[in-house]
Amino acid sequence: MLDIKRIPTGAWIGLLVTGVFLICAVFAPWLAPHGNAEIVGGVWEPMSSTHLLGTDNIGRDLLSRMIYGARITIFIAVLATALSFSLGAILGFTAAVVGGWFDTGMSRLVDLLMSIPTLIFGLVVLSVLPSNVVTLILVMGVLDSTRVYRLSRAVAVDINVMDFVEAAKLRGEGMVWIIFREILPNALSPLISELGLRFIYAVLFLSALSFLGLGVQPPNADWGGMVKENKDGIVFGIPAALIPAAAIALLAISVNLVADWILNRTTDLKGGRGNG
Amino acid sequence: MAKAAAKTAHDGPLLDIRNLKIEATVYPPGEEPKQVTIVHGVSLTLQKGKVLGLIGESGAGKSTIGLSSMAYGRGGVKITGGEVILNGRDILKGGAKGVRALRGREVCYVAQSAAAAFNPAHRLMDQVVEAALEHGTGKRAELEKRAVALFRKLSLPNPETIGERYPHQVSGGQLQRVMTAMALCSEPDLIVFDEPTTALDVTTQIDVLAAIKDAIRDTGVAALYITHDLAVVAQVSDEIMVLRHGRLVEWGGTRQIIKEPRQEYTNALVSVHHIEHAEKTPTTAPVLSVKNVTASYGGGEVKVLKNVSVDIHPGQTLAVVGESGSGKSTLARAITGLLPPQEGSITFAGRTLSNALKDRTKNDLRELQMIYQMADVAMNPRQTVGTIIGRPLEFYFNMRGRERDQRIAELLEKIEMGKGFVDRYPAELSGGQKQRVCIARALAAKPKLIICDEVTSALDPLVANGILKLLLALQAEEDVAYMFITHDLATVKAIADSIAVMYRGEVVRYGPKSQVLTPPFDAYTDLLLSSVPEMELGWLEKAIAGRRMAAAGN
Repeated sequence: MLDIKRIPTGAWIGLLVTGVFLICAVFAPWLAPHGNAEIVGGVWEPMSSTHLLGTDNIGRDLLSRMIYGARITIFIAVLATALSFSLGAILGFTAAVVGGWFDTGMSRLVDLLMSIPTLIFGLVVLSVLPSNVVTLILVMGVLDSTRVYRLSRAVAVDINVMDFVEAAKLRGEGMVWIIFREILPNALSPLISELGLRFIYAVLFLSALSFLGLGVQPPNADWGGMVKENKDGIVFGIPAALIPAAAIALLAISVNLVADWILNRTTDLKGGRGNG
Repeated sequence: MAKAAAKTAHDGPLLDIRNLKIEATVYPPGEEPKQVTIVHGVSLTLQKGKVLGLIGESGAGKSTIGLSSMAYGRGGVKITGGEVILNGRDILKGGAKGVRALRGREVCYVAQSAAAAFNPAHRLMDQVVEAALEHGTGKRAELEKRAVALFRKLSLPNPETIGERYPHQVSGGQLQRVMTAMALCSEPDLIVFDEPTTALDVTTQIDVLAAIKDAIRDTGVAALYITHDLAVVAQVSDEIMVLRHGRLVEWGGTRQIIKEPRQEYTNALVSVHHIEHAEKTPTTAPVLSVKNVTASYGGGEVKVLKNVSVDIHPGQTLAVVGESGSGKSTLARAITGLLPPQEGSITFAGRTLSNALKDRTKNDLRELQMIYQMADVAMNPRQTVGTIIGRPLEFYFNMRGRERDQRIAELLEKIEMGKGFVDRYPAELSGGQKQRVCIARALAAKPKLIICDEVTSALDPLVANGILKLLLALQAEEDVAYMFITHDLATVKAIADSIAVMYRGEVVRYGPKSQVLTPPFDAYTDLLLSSVPEMELGWLEKAIAGRRMAAAGN
């Protein structure tokens, strides 16, 4: 199915950069020259051959911190996005197919959740619950799933009235078939374009939470947390804060390049055979 | 004025297309994209005030040629050769500025689906005068007066005020006439009609057709009339051009084309509706019996079926005819359980069917299948033909693997399609092939009754003919009964054993075919029968004069 020659240049760049980030995340302990919390030099040392990206605000090797940070950032963002999409999409599709009281109940509940600003809601919940990675992922996933729910419900309501769904209902098909085989493949395009965006929002939300001290706890840090740690250096012309920021930007672009390419394939009704 | 000067300055034909060549890029499955030629060097000339009918199947290039007269190529289509000479100059060489001056002033366009072509957010009057206003052909008040006169000429109701309405506030037939008024408003030299009546009911089509014909005669505008219905084009045009695969088949006067076609293909088009089918007599045990069914939408507010009773006999066809809104599709929804009837009962193969879909057994569902009007949306575009036909086999008979694949191949054989189609997606099939796949999906369930909801109305006559022949052959083979919902009486004559005529939710005439189609008729059946275009010169005038009642939805 997948013809390597047909992958456009943009997608290649996206795949390559995302791939590098993923490799860093998976093999962090072997790739990083120093430990995550190991103090190896002075405060904010410039880039040198021993410390390729210099050191941070308390003298830890920035490159090693970046590599470990990739692991934490991507791990949490991927799981939170996966949770929000499975939860939001399945509930949204179900609400569209079942309709009636289930739809009304779910939609009002989601409206209620969305009426509270996400960040404040997250802060309240996280300050009550024990601060660990699992609660963080759950809170981020559930809060984000409201957006996915609304999108998938809206898309599925339109698909649900098509003749082919009616034909499936007349055949006597159950809800699982209708949701996963009739509706999901036709709703993939908007969902995937949303996925690329939501993943980056998850990274940014995590940074915001860490910045406020409720996200990843020290000595571990995600990229957002590292921006916070090194932000004071900017005043002295030290670029340590810009490097994690640039990494976030690069990840955002590369993930969306890949998402666009997949989107291009899913919008095609001829199984990707018509795409150059 | 300037325009009048242009008119007198030149005395050749109004439109002269020479060796027109049009190409497009296509993406065949499993191959490299390639350039195909859609129109192979077609030439035509059109004199002022004359009407030329362009006719052919889908893909014959008739719309493409029609649009080339306004130097336009639809989605990815390019005019790569030839000349289009309008009013003495080649419009292909005019550039963007020349084209802008031309469209909406010298040439206007009437689209097939008026409902989709109007902007729903603006009042009709604003859209009707827009082109003329943009071209500065007159003051607004003056143009609006002209538009009202056109509304009157096209016999629209309330010509003074109809322009105040929005597109959704008028019916389909009226909207089509408003669009004709829009085209006429800027007093063009040429109008391109692209299947203007194809989407309308027969009873409405005749009114629109008469209105268009009168307007053309009174304003002296020339027209290209594009359609696939030879009987329609015979009523309005002076000359007819038959096209096939982007090539000219035959070009001649209307009388010559329909009375003495010289080419075999034209002959096939002219005689397309003749299918031999001997009427079967009703049996004593109907497979489906609908008794006194009443159904409504909106919790009893709007009654759409009133006390309907019909029987369908094993291996026979019941045709349900009527115009849009007569309740024929609702009857199908009541039978399938999608719209549970409020009163009455439905007996199927000796058992009483429960009203709601969710209470029916798998066997009830299997033996009662449905084929839809729009094959495009009746199949999941993300599933291959193999999955679409294979699913009922898995679902009802629990067939898997090779057994299933073999049965799929058999079914494809039955619908006269080869093995190569198993891996294709619906978007890679033609209209007729799609409908065949839908038939195979219904047959896969081994049903006793198939409800066919306008299955041929979206297809070209020749393709539709093939589908009807296939359905009849399959009926003889599998002994399946059909309930055939249609508004096309020619189809009914071809395949039905008994007929039910519906009007506003009621069955007004019901019985064996021979009996229903024998006079004396009731007023509505008479209207329906007299509205079917016949391939005869002057039929339109005769039919309009002889009508006893007006169409409900005009």
